[in-house]
Amino acid sequence: MRKLKRQLCAGPYIVWIIGFTVLPILMILYYAFTTPEHRFTLENVLSIAEPIHLKALLLSVRLALECTVLCLLLSYPLAMILNGLKIKRQSFIVFIFVLPMWMNFMLRILAWQMLLSNNGIINSILQALGFSGVSILNTPAAVVFGMVYDFLPFMILPIYNSLVRIRSDVIEAAKDLGASNMIVFFRIIVPLTMSGVISGVIMVFVPALTSFVISDLLGGGKVLLIGNVIEQSFMQGMNWNLGSGLSIVLMVFVIASMAFMNSHTKETEGTAVW
Amino acid sequence: MVKKGIQRIYLIFIFLFLYLPIAVLIVLSFNDSKSRVSWGGFTFDWYIRLFESRSIMNAFYTTIFITLTSAVIATILGTLAAIGIGAMRKKGKAVMLGATNIPLLNADIVTGISLMLLFVRFTRLGMSTVLLAHITFNIPYVILNVLPKLNGLSQNTYEAALDLGATPLYAFYKIVWPDIRPGVFSGFLMAMTMSLDDFSITYFTKGAGIHTLSTMIYTELRKGIKPEMYALSTILFLIALILLLLMNYRSREDQINERRT
Repeated sequence: MRKLKRQLCAGPYIVWIIGFTVLPILMILYYAFTTPEHRFTLENVLSIAEPIHLKALLLSVRLALECTVLCLLLSYPLAMILNGLKIKRQSFIVFIFVLPMWMNFMLRILAWQMLLSNNGIINSILQALGFSGVSILNTPAAVVFGMVYDFLPFMILPIYNSLVRIRSDVIEAAKDLGASNMIVFFRIIVPLTMSGVISGVIMVFVPALTSFVISDLLGGGKVLLIGNVIEQSFMQGMNWNLGSGLSIVLMVFVIASMAFMNSHTKETEGTAVW
Repeated sequence: MVKKGIQRIYLIFIFLFLYLPIAVLIVLSFNDSKSRVSWGGFTFDWYIRLFESRSIMNAFYTTIFITLTSAVIATILGTLAAIGIGAMRKKGKAVMLGATNIPLLNADIVTGISLMLLFVRFTRLGMSTVLLAHITFNIPYVILNVLPKLNGLSQNTYEAALDLGATPLYAFYKIVWPDIRPGVFSGFLMAMTMSLDDFSITYFTKGAGIHTLSTMIYTELRKGIKPEMYALSTILFLIALILLLLMNYRSREDQINERRT
């Protein structure tokens, strides 16, 4: 009886979910499968097969994969080092990675645009040191760079959190039993941080796959991602049905990649991001 | 020793990577030249002009209003929801958590578009639609922060308090609240950060003529960012830095006090 009463606390939230999560998805489904004259059609969804859309989708997938791999490669050693510092207050680590978000991300990306430009600071330093300058601006590489910059915290924090949770006696026990550092790493640390890695990968891959602002800013209009196509069909082309159809494809893609990730892990619990 | 050195260098490298653009923006906010590439001397001009620019101040007030209101409402709804979910059986819990993950894992652009389609159908896009959208994507952060703090211990003690004649509200305040307070707090903070940094969802759900700082910057991108914007972001960044440092300091004192008692 009392439990039931307490369950009722979730009531307003359930109403909220139905109103602002389920209903909007039904709306987007409706638009995706109808023509502007409200007739059923598959054309919007199937238009993903058009060369220009397909090219954008494939490029998005490629860049998102590159971004995710780079984030993982940067984050894992970083999380290990941070964990090694034995800082008692973990909130301080979180603080360092969350703080940049308080400066608008578009301005930060814009700052990178200045830093990376042909006569920007980075190139000046490189040339002063005798290296040849880099000119990555307005290429897919610059977009990946911007994505890695923007999404790195979402990879670091879950991995760090899962590392902190490993109790040191587990590792000591393994060492007492004669395990080398390599074995400890691959047989204990990696499996125990898998849930953190998985949530990090999801938290980076999904926004990277669907972003449209970073490619706008650092791609100089030359890098067309699926997010840009959808944004343009809503804001410029005013073709909402087409935009909804492509959004559905994107959603299916995201769900499929998450299902793939989940099927490759035994743990279903998963760690929260923060 | 060498290993330590490499680790240090790596940490510095990542730190630079994260904070270099912020340093650039802060420097630009004091630059007495409209150009983004040349340094024209030190000035406070942009900070003064900032407060005279009505459009920027309007966008600033809108941003603050949306951020604070959506975070407060999301925190209340989310905390209640977490308590409700915590009392549920396994199946109900799984369904609720699945639904909670949808806005969190769905692409921003899809969330924004789907909410826009809903709003356009039933009402007009304006400030309130942005607020509703922000609350929607903020609630999951609160729930995921509060839920882990609702452990079995406080649930049983709460039941015991009720058996001993406490009113539910009193029992909640005395027993459950101290346990979940840090979670509620960090949930609120996460919600505020996400709301402040959001662009995509605001972009799709806002009405004409309404601007948050993000959407304003986006429209300015083509004609060039006003330097006042750098000044404003510098102020915001410093406020956040001071607030977070203070909170860090306070909770450290709390810990010391706890250890003493």
